[in-house]
Amino acid sequence: MNTRADDVALYLKRRARWSPFEIAFWIFAFATIWLFPGKYLILKDTAILALFALSLDLILGYAGIISLGQAAFFGLAGYFSGLVAKYGLITEPVIALICAGVVAAALGFVTSFLVLRGSDLTRLMVTLGVSLMLGELANRYSNITGGADGLQGVEIEPIFGRFRFDLFGHNGYVYCLVVLFICFVMARRIIYSPFGLSLRSIKGNTLRASAIGIPVKWRLVSIYTVAAGFAGIAGALLTQTTAFCSLDVFSLERSADLLLVLIIGGTGYLYGGLIGAVIYKFLQDWIANLTPQYWQFWIGLVLVVIVLIGRERMAGWIRTLRAVLARLGARLGPRSPALGSAGTEGH
Amino acid sequence: MLTILYDGIAYGMLLFVLACGLSVTLGLMNFINLAHGAFAMAGGYCTVILVNRLGIPFALGLPIAFLVTALLGGIFERTLYVHVYARSHLDQVLFTIGLVFMSVAAVDYTMGSSQQFVQIPEALQGQFEVAGIGMGKYRLLIIVICGLLTVALQLILAKTRFGSRLRAAVDDQRVARGLGINVGAVFGITFAFGSGLAGLGGALGAEILGLDPTFPLKYMIYFLIVVTVGGTSSITGPFFASILLGIGDVAGKYYVPKLGAFVIYAIMIVVLIWRPQGLFARGAAR
Repeated sequence: MNTRADDVALYLKRRARWSPFEIAFWIFAFATIWLFPGKYLILKDTAILALFALSLDLILGYAGIISLGQAAFFGLAGYFSGLVAKYGLITEPVIALICAGVVAAALGFVTSFLVLRGSDLTRLMVTLGVSLMLGELANRYSNITGGADGLQGVEIEPIFGRFRFDLFGHNGYVYCLVVLFICFVMARRIIYSPFGLSLRSIKGNTLRASAIGIPVKWRLVSIYTVAAGFAGIAGALLTQTTAFCSLDVFSLERSADLLLVLIIGGTGYLYGGLIGAVIYKFLQDWIANLTPQYWQFWIGLVLVVIVLIGRERMAGWIRTLRAVLARLGARLGPRSPALGSAGTEGH
Repeated sequence: MLTILYDGIAYGMLLFVLACGLSVTLGLMNFINLAHGAFAMAGGYCTVILVNRLGIPFALGLPIAFLVTALLGGIFERTLYVHVYARSHLDQVLFTIGLVFMSVAAVDYTMGSSQQFVQIPEALQGQFEVAGIGMGKYRLLIIVICGLLTVALQLILAKTRFGSRLRAAVDDQRVARGLGINVGAVFGITFAFGSGLAGLGGALGAEILGLDPTFPLKYMIYFLIVVTVGGTSSITGPFFASILLGIGDVAGKYYVPKLGAFVIYAIMIVVLIWRPQGLFARGAAR
């Protein structure tokens, strides 16, 4: 009995070790602060999108809950942080950020009981319905939220009273990146814990998971709550760095785009959302430069093609690529090729 | 008050014609088709082109819109959708959302982003009074057409050989296959027919629902509400669901204009929590 537990612990510990590839990825991520000084705006959006995608990955990739309503948490926390800053309730951005995350997580906890009932279609409808309801509410109480014009007059105080959100977005980007990193480390802890392992077993086969004594319902409730909190932090980041919040934070397009981001990067592994966000943002930027009005067409085409090719097959390519990289890495020494690969993904 | 009821019924009938194809495809293949609204939009734009630009009479434009959309649906089903049936629900959602995005941008590109209006013949405009209730002539036409369609659909499902095959396939696909029913063909025909109905609904509804490139996104949620609330195992379920939704939506927009949609979503969530299989579903639905 005890040895079995030790085995699991050993397995988890081995998996949880930071690989050189990961370290290189984060070194490169932080190096972008100095590498691309003129691109802070898009980099910042990418970091927020990556955090948002990470939250969806937790419930979709690891727990298997299909959701079209992650925007509900994003939007709620966005408005929350905007309102507390506007009315001077919580002036310190970091505390406001944490509070916004907690508020979103609370909403996630309450709605999780609705979402965990029924089939995939019911889940889709309920998650979508919740975010649309919030959108309608924000529209209804336009005297508080600003309605269709968006929430204006938000002034964000300097972080820790020292780092002001400057015009070039330098501090804003660093702030987003640091928050993303902290959230990522937390998500990583969750995934490589026995709790994370139990989530994967639930996704694999719910019936068997409950047969070996995993409390399926409560595991799903907790991961849904955590993911909602992450989504909320992403939403609050957007409001804080732009000092603005509008009704489209609740829109269906936002949730649908998020699914696309995650699919591009790959579900069920932590870097999927991050890499997906980078690729998506650059793709969007590039296409929008070519055809400003019709970039949605190409995004749709990408989705259709990805499904027709098959996500499994694409995941297979990535695995092969990683195996090749690992072999190269073993031949050339551990660090340098991994750095190179992270670099190509960054561009 | 009665005018609201009347408008609501017309609206609900329209929703039913738009969504019944979706309910069959969902029930039959367990396939989540978010792109159903795109076919409705295709029908609407088809009528706009035919009636406004080519000058074809409105009465002739409607059946042509039906045929064109049915053909379009059939082609898409055979070439694209076929590959996605066996996939997970996530894949289906992604695939059909991708199609929606593409259709939105494509229509925006070809027809412009402004709202389109179908020129309705003079005889159908205006309204007349019956017992003090103002009834729009065009809405009456919608109710008549959609009512006839509903009866016809019910008869096809209940009385014809094709209908019994379809019901058998919906109830248990594997056994139906075992009995020698070509489920794929049944599904292809039903899909094309359902798309055609959506196209007809889009053509009829261009006047009431409005027609612009974001149509599939705007009304996707309504179709899905009809299907999930009504259940997928019969057409009476979606029929009552859409009538309820139509009346509720019109009444909500009239009495609490700013909270209208909120009420609809709230009711939907309550119904889904209370009866996840839909209000009118039989016990053993999927």
